This record gives sequence, structure tokens and C-alpha cells, in this order.
Amino acid sequence: MFFLFHPSENPEPEVMAAKPKLYYFRGRGRMESIRWLLAAAGVEFEEEFLETREQYEKLQKDGRLLFGQVPLVEIDGMTLTQTRAILGYLAAKYNLYGKDLKETVRINMYTDGTQDLMTMIMLAAFKPPEEKEENIALIVTKAKTRYFPVFEKILKEHGEDFLVGNKFSWADIQLLEAILMVEELNASVLSDFPLLKAFKTRISNIPTIKKFLQPGSQRKPPPDSHYVKVVRNTLQF
Amino acid sequence: MAGKPRLHYFNGRGRMESIRWLLAAAGIEFEEQFIETPEDLDKLRNDGSLMFQQVPMVEIDGMKLVQSRAILNYIATKYNLYGRDIKERALIDMYTEGMADLTEMIMHLPLCPPGEKDAKISLIKEKTTNRYLLAFEKVLKSHGQDYLVGNRLSKADILLVELLYSVEELDPSLLAKFPLLKVISHSSQGLRTRISNLPTVKKFLQPGSARKPPLDEKSLAEAKKIFRLP
Repeated sequence: MFFLFHPSENPEPEVMAAKPKLYYFRGRGRMESIRWLLAAAGVEFEEEFLETREQYEKLQKDGRLLFGQVPLVEIDGMTLTQTRAILGYLAAKYNLYGKDLKETVRINMYTDGTQDLMTMIMLAAFKPPEEKEENIALIVTKAKTRYFPVFEKILKEHGEDFLVGNKFSWADIQLLEAILMVEELNASVLSDFPLLKAFKTRISNIPTIKKFLQPGSQRKPPPDSHYVKVVRNTLQF
Repeated sequence: MAGKPRLHYFNGRGRMESIRWLLAAAGIEFEEQFIETPEDLDKLRNDGSLMFQQVPMVEIDGMKLVQSRAILNYIATKYNLYGRDIKERALIDMYTEGMADLTEMIMHLPLCPPGEKDAKISLIKEKTTNRYLLAFEKVLKSHGQDYLVGNRLSKADILLVELLYSVEELDPSLLAKFPLLKVISHSSQGLRTRISNLPTVKKFLQPGSARKPPLDEKSLAEAKKIFRLP
């Protein structure tokens, strides 16, 4: 089956001017899903990386962080914080949020679910090393028993290429992101999910996503000890 | 004709309360099916009614919706409480995500080990005044309008009012520094007073409504039993 995906053309001249700008640590954390969504939509973006406490305090003092926190994305004249607010805006802007309310709510349910899974993975990096193995095991179990079966079933029931409305959406992007993250913890996690395996291949081959998956893109690697140190130091916990 | 929305949760606030507030403020009557035992929860799970095996779950318009944010956004869109365009929606979401972070801290307080509780309460109070209420007061001050976004009632105003009541239950003095949020100030009435006076919200705030009380020892013990928590 041939499939063509064209990133959304943005008709508003005002927004052609500046690229979105992302402020975060040089790592995945809560910003990674935003990078995925922008990349999948074919939108170029800039990044400013937080490396010191001083940089972070400056952002706070400048009043750009409504609740004193990052991620921060400057886009279309707005200073947006709160990951889900940013993701929802981008999904709507780039036509990745369903064609009506019923599709949108399904996309929201699916992305909230995959986000719960990815948050577990994100937080695992900050847990004590002696708990690491147990944490990973728990995450993989949750993926295999709570999350992946749901999406396998959805794909099976409608037999379509995408999760919602036979059209590429934010839900597909985020599911791929989650699958790849769990595979980094356990390479064989999709062994019982043939439709998810096919889904993974299919979505990975979408040109914008294929590009994002190549070395040299703005995709960030899994957290290492340096990343954890920088975050702990900057956020002071 | 579709029936009333049906809410599945235990008989307490938790993650369902914001949904109750939003439905009430929109003037929508709803039914509730309370989970009272671990077996009740098992049944819902085994029925396939819970997409990710979790509650809240709301039966509405022929769907079984889960994930509180998805549910809130559905209701907000359906009842025109979500702004006029995607930019207003982004602001509404930004504000309500902040509120959810604070609500989460307050919600988890009863689960805190007794030795850590005082420190936790101090932290919550500090965050409430220096981070959250400060931000919302600032937003209202910046445009001088009666509502947080687009000069029109939205999900953000309703959930803020819910939060203000919770904060007041924690410590009434926390609201003192924020006139725009609470009391009559100069020529404009405080947001909470205004929203509380909306007929649907006024009704919800009266005894006998679907609004749930704060978690007490007995309810906490019941909830722990249902969710099989230690």
C-alpha cells in the first residue's frame, strides 16, 4: 500500500517568519514529545539548551516561565509552557488532531496513555541506581500488559494504517515514540504484537519521521548520568 | 436521545472532581456509579470498560472515556468552554495544567507518611502563593478582564475556582494576598465570587449536590482498599 504524507502547509504568512524556539535541557525529558511532533509535521525549530542554574534563573526572572518551569516554547508570538498545552496547540495547528470532537477525544485518550508510559521511563532515570533493574522490569511489564495490548487491539479492530480516522495523527507519532523508548529498555518487547511491529515500520518510514530518526537530527539520546546531573543541579533536587 | 453522562469513580474527589465541576458549571446533569469494593473495580476492568484499566471513566455520547484530561477537554469543547481558537485553547491548557500540578500535590497529601506531612504542607503552601496563585493573579491583572482567557468563561475559570476552594480548605490565609482572585476589589468583583454566583455553579456549591467533600480518614481507608494500596 502506498502512502503519502505531506506536512501541513501553513497558510498564515505571519508565522512563516520565525521558527519555533524550544528551551530545555540537552536531553529528552518532557520536551522530547514536542520535538517529535514538530519534526513529524516537517516544522523546523531552534533550541536553546539549559546548562546552568544561572540560565534557568534568568528565564524565570525574565518572566517567561508562567509557573517557573520548562519546557518553554516560543511560537506564533506566544510564550508557552506546560507540555500538554504545547502539544495540543501543535497538533491542532498542523492538522494532527482528528477531524471532529470524537476523533480528538480518542487521540487525547491514546496520547494521555502513552504519555503516562513515557513519563515512567523519564522518571526512572532519576531513581537510585539500585532500583534501576526493578524499575525497568516494571515499565516493560506495564508496556506489555497495559498499553501495547490496547493499541494492538485498536489496529486489529479497524485494520487501518493509523490509530484514528484512517489518517496520520499525533496519536501515531506518540505511539511510535513510546515503542522506541520501551525497545531501548527491552529489544524484544514487541514480540507478541505483530500489528505494532508493522505499525512501527510503517510510521518510521514516513519521510519526516525517517529524517528525524537519522543521526544528526534534533532527536535526543536516552538520559545518561551527565544529563541527570545537569537537571538535578539546575532544578535543585 | 442520549442519556445523562455516567461517572465511574469512588465516592470522593480524586481525579474525578474537576470533571464534576465542569459538568456542573455547564449545567449538565450526570449520574454516578460509585466503586465501593476492589471487586467493583475488577468488574469494570474485566468488562473491558477501562481502556488502560484505570478510572476515572465517563460514559458519555455512546463512548466510555478515560483519562481525566481527555474527558475534561471533550466536555469543554462540547459545551463551548474551550476558547474561540487554538491560541486561546493553548492558554487555557497552560493555565489548567498548572492548576492540575497543584491539585495533584494537594490530592496526594492524605497519602503522605505522618512524619513528612508538615514539610509537605509547607511546601504546598509555598508553591501555592509563590508560584500558582501568583501566576493567575498576574494573568488577570495583565488584561483586567473578568475571565482568564478571551474575556469569556472557560474551563480555566471553573477549574481555578475549584482550586481556590481547595486552597482555602488547606489554609484560608493563602488567598489573602490575591484580591483579584477572591474578594471584591476596586471596581471589579473577584473571580471566585463571580464564578460562584453563576446559577449552575451556585447550585453545585449547595449541600446535596454531586460535589464531594475533602478526603477524611474513613474515605481514605476505603479508597486504599478499592485500589489495593498498602
